[in-house]
Amino acid sequence: MTNVLTAPAQPPAGGLRRRSRAAGGVNRRPGFLTYGFLLAVILGSAFPLYWSFLIGSYDATVVNEDLPPIWPGGHFFENATRVFDAVPFWVALGNSLFISTVVACSVVLFSTLAGYAFAKLRFRGRDGAMVFIVATMAVPTQLGVIPLFIIMSRLGWTDSVWAVIVPGLVTAFGVFFMRQYLVEAIPDELIEAARVDGCSMIRTFWHVAVPAARPAAAILWLFSFMATWTDFFWPLIVLPADKPTVQLALQQLQSGYYVDYSLVLAGVTLASLPLLVLFVLAGRHLVSGIMQGAVKG
Amino acid sequence: MQTITAASDEARRHTAGGPGGAADPDPRPRRGAFRQSLSRWDVKLSPYLYISPFFLLFLVVGLFPLIFTAYVSVYEWDLLGGKGEFTGMENFRDVLADRYFWNALQNTVSIFLLSSVPQVVLALAIAALLDANLRTRTFWRMGVLIPFVVAPVAAALIFGNLFGDRYGLINQGLQVVGLEPIRWHVDRLASHFAIATMVNWRWTGYNALIFLAAMQAIPRDLYEAAAIDGASKVRRFFSVTLPMLRPAVIFVIITSTIGGLQIFAEPRLFDGTGLGGADRQYQTITMYLWELGWRVRNLGTASAVAWLLFGLIAVVALVNLLLARRIATSGGKR
Repeated sequence: MTNVLTAPAQPPAGGLRRRSRAAGGVNRRPGFLTYGFLLAVILGSAFPLYWSFLIGSYDATVVNEDLPPIWPGGHFFENATRVFDAVPFWVALGNSLFISTVVACSVVLFSTLAGYAFAKLRFRGRDGAMVFIVATMAVPTQLGVIPLFIIMSRLGWTDSVWAVIVPGLVTAFGVFFMRQYLVEAIPDELIEAARVDGCSMIRTFWHVAVPAARPAAAILWLFSFMATWTDFFWPLIVLPADKPTVQLALQQLQSGYYVDYSLVLAGVTLASLPLLVLFVLAGRHLVSGIMQGAVKG
Repeated sequence: MQTITAASDEARRHTAGGPGGAADPDPRPRRGAFRQSLSRWDVKLSPYLYISPFFLLFLVVGLFPLIFTAYVSVYEWDLLGGKGEFTGMENFRDVLADRYFWNALQNTVSIFLLSSVPQVVLALAIAALLDANLRTRTFWRMGVLIPFVVAPVAAALIFGNLFGDRYGLINQGLQVVGLEPIRWHVDRLASHFAIATMVNWRWTGYNALIFLAAMQAIPRDLYEAAAIDGASKVRRFFSVTLPMLRPAVIFVIITSTIGGLQIFAEPRLFDGTGLGGADRQYQTITMYLWELGWRVRNLGTASAVAWLLFGLIAVVALVNLLLARRIATSGGKR
């Protein structure tokens, strides 16, 4: 591979002046090997999900067979029905959807407000407060769970979804993320122009900052939604067995010494569907979000 | 409308040297001192108004619990009974004298090492592949991100099945090629490997995209210069790409340290008992914290564990940072 790709490494002298395209094979289309490796990576990425659906579509005897199946069997809907019978799965879906939506919206709202202030407004203590926010991002969440639990049980919230929602309403990461984006996304002149045209501060925010923030807000919303949807530790602590989130319902399917894997993996498949749909719809935003965050973070 | 004109006058004077305000040749006459001062307060107070919802909530659900953990950790504190006597450092002594704490610490570090090192190496390799001038690049980028949308709980359940001791696909595969099946749920190191595999599966593609972004920010001129000097593709990767990726690598290592040392869902759901195996051979620190707090019902010692975990993370993150610096400077001297 090395040979093939470095062959044009010494372009003719005249070629040097041509813009980068040809030089050193840097921008050449890659060979089959690259595509082959990538295909292998993607198959490896997708395989466990397929496996989950595969086992979830057979009855429980499939695990005892010598050779694993390759194509799905016909028992998926039967297993799915058993999932809904075994655990409060509808409740779990409703809870997860509600919790994740409220948390994601709240994180986006408060992060945009604060991120805008940190990015574009001048006020006393701004830089110190920003450093403080960045510093707290490094503190593990586990450090706060015990007092948080004490607070929640004092308030009597430990059997309601609000015990999961309230601690998630704001994140330091969200503010940092929006600030990093807005610093460059809004030219100062635009804010000044709005002010000169007579916009009050909040109208400037609404008509200048919010439209500019929209792409980053969408990404932050996605990330917050997914992080909340997949969270397990904190909901496990505060929610009772009859009001689970999706993750807790999955755990209930599995607990005990004997595990019925066609039931569990049918549940896993069902539970993964909402995020997979979201991924198909908005995956490219997720990709660009990760890549943007990397460059700036 | 009135408000807006008044505010506009104010804006002219207060947009701190903004070109629009300063250069305006025809300032309008004043209109109402009250409205002007209203607008001045608007400018002064708005930033604080915008950040206050965040800070108020953060104070209650973020900061206060951190400090309060220290308070709880020096008391006897029952899960249901609440606060008991002040005990000073006894909770910490108890935890440090408990062999299960050290067991959990070893497991956590072992799983962390097995997951972080291969993950960074693999992610770099995948990023290098993605950095090629691919057709349908969005497809490939999205493809490596699939595992990221699968919850850790779901991943743990799927891999718990794949790594089954008796009928698992991986052991079946091992037997097909003539190897002995491995007792993934019994042997300590094997279980750590299985759990690390879940973490690697979920995060490698994500980290690859971070590296990819950093790779694409490298000026292509550097590659061209290296290529003209006769550097091979591999040499270009090690001598140009890798040094330029240092900030991204540090970023990934630090974030995976913070996340990896708190690992909970994957080992907890690796079997149905939730205690980390018969001999707790894969109980991690966070699982240990949970067991102390919500099974033993001793929130005091659990808080002590929380602080020790925080200390561990801080130390490892610092070591990482120093190592990265060291590598960075020694690389620069060449």
